[in-house]
Amino acid sequence: MKPVALTQTRRDRASTMLLAAFGFSIGCLLAAPSPAEPHPDADRIVSIGGAVTEIVFALGEQERLVARDTTSLYPPEVMDLPDVGYIRQLSPEGVLSVEPDLILAEEGAGPPEIVSLLKESGVGYEVIPSGYNAAGLAGKVTAVAEAIGVPEKAGPVLDAIQTDLQELSDRVATQGEKRRVLFILSVQGGRIMASGQGTAADEIIRMAGAENAIQGFSGYKILSDEAVSEAAPDILLMMNRGEATSEHDASDDVLFAMPALATTPAAETGAVIRMDGDYLLGFGPRTGKAALELHDTIYAGS
Amino acid sequence: MAVADMALQRLDGDRRYLGRKLSLVLTILLFVLALLSLGHGASGISAPAILADWLAGRDIAATDRVILLNIRLPRLLTGILVGAALAVSGAIMQGLFRNPLADPGLLGVSAGASLGAISAIVLGSVLPAGFAALFGWYLVPAAAFAGSWIAMITLYAIATRQGRTSVATMLLAGIAMAAMISALSGVIIFVADDQQLRDLTFWGLGSLAGSSWAKVSVAGPAILLALILAPLLARGLNGMALGEAAAVHVGIRVQRVKTAAVLITAAATGTAVAISGGIGFVGIVVPHLLRLISGPDHRWLLVNSGLLGAIVLIAADMVSRNIVAPAELPIGIVTAILGGPFFMWVLLSNRRTLDG
Repeated sequence: MKPVALTQTRRDRASTMLLAAFGFSIGCLLAAPSPAEPHPDADRIVSIGGAVTEIVFALGEQERLVARDTTSLYPPEVMDLPDVGYIRQLSPEGVLSVEPDLILAEEGAGPPEIVSLLKESGVGYEVIPSGYNAAGLAGKVTAVAEAIGVPEKAGPVLDAIQTDLQELSDRVATQGEKRRVLFILSVQGGRIMASGQGTAADEIIRMAGAENAIQGFSGYKILSDEAVSEAAPDILLMMNRGEATSEHDASDDVLFAMPALATTPAAETGAVIRMDGDYLLGFGPRTGKAALELHDTIYAGS
Repeated sequence: MAVADMALQRLDGDRRYLGRKLSLVLTILLFVLALLSLGHGASGISAPAILADWLAGRDIAATDRVILLNIRLPRLLTGILVGAALAVSGAIMQGLFRNPLADPGLLGVSAGASLGAISAIVLGSVLPAGFAALFGWYLVPAAAFAGSWIAMITLYAIATRQGRTSVATMLLAGIAMAAMISALSGVIIFVADDQQLRDLTFWGLGSLAGSSWAKVSVAGPAILLALILAPLLARGLNGMALGEAAAVHVGIRVQRVKTAAVLITAAATGTAVAISGGIGFVGIVVPHLLRLISGPDHRWLLVNSGLLGAIVLIAADMVSRNIVAPAELPIGIVTAILGGPFFMWVLLSNRRTLDG
């Protein structure tokens, strides 16, 4: 995109490589993580991470769950389970208080010292790799199925995802020119926080056969008005934050009245897509469907 | 020194005896609360029952043992150490600056610690996994500790000329440094991703949830040493309450008191903040409360601040662990939500004393 963005990317890459070389030498000294061990007898499972919880339900093993974390919000029945806290800020005694025999945690659960306490307690602790792409998704399903000792049940779930993804790639193959989508995380205080690369939002946009209108930085950042105008998105993508607030927060009128967005192609056609956050960005069993739905909405009528 | 003490005695009347009595009451209260804290948590296990099993030589379930010995006990000790460290540091700073609003934050200790922690949380992920793994969870505490000491030493160097430290310069430069440091933190926050932002927020709210024997054994000695040395400052701080010139006349080595006060505060607060994140309120309020009850004599104020600080933090931690169990609230929220209104009430009911 812009020269500024390019230089930054290049510098990032150089420093990453340098650090990676350094890290490799240290990394060699450390043992590789062991693959998930099966726990077929575990019938008091704590599930940490929205996608992990959804996968347990998709495998039909939800009866074995006794607790969940704050990010596990789907399916609705999961809300009946006690909440042991936010995935990255777990309470050690809270987790142990539900007397689990297996803790199934998505990679990145923490803090690390609490994870090591939980491991010390003698309760099984299995790490499910987090992945924000199609391959990572399949890896998650397989890892969960293996960890809870039902590897044979992974097949149908994987097949269903595969069917969705196949359907998706068929439709993407026949679509016209890629449309440019801007994922907006928030418009708090009139400032647009959008998604760059390396995020779930970026990946789902790509999967849906579209292009992230913002290139050249990673993660979620507040953009300058000029950068948004220049990105010229065809479509805005946002999360639904419950019916009561979404209209109020950033209704289409409010959104397109913002100077940064007023001149964009999206404003001309009034193109805003709003989808449920877990569904859109969760990278769980429903992701194939979410990507398909996103694709269809983006390319509707074209 | 005797002159200073006599002046304070006249000022105080019989309050010094109240201070002594208060120490006894607080010690008992701390002991009782510590036992309660060990016995209660999100899980229903009972400490006495486990103790009985252990004494009788029966097997104890691994989970129960971990909860009691590896979760609750180190957490209790961390709470005592951190609470005492924050409150004693607050008392020292208020004495040194002769200002009831002073707290270790004025030395840039907290700002420095938070810059260190923020850097570690955000830039730690840029480092390759092997590097972070080498430090493990020491990375954030170690960075916070380093940050607090760098800030404190810089400030002290700025305020000291020809072997004399100006308290006023330290106060003002501290404010300027805190502003600069938070601007730097802002830069790092800007490049943080959304997960790191959440980590930063949680760090800022403070928590004892990450307590472990490893942390207690690293941080414990530093805080203990500072707490043991703190009462030695009592006479010096009492003297300085009369003003620096007067203190010199009654034979107090003012410069030595200042240096010791800064070093002790930095060791105690720097370590406390490093292992528990930002827990506000305790440092300002606990000494203040005690001064209202038993007067400004530092011989009791420092000791009692340590006791009451520990009590307040253990109590707050019990609330934070139990109120939304099995999840838990960050402790900084509890100290502010429960402590704020309580302190306000104490202030209002003591209004006449304060105005007089």
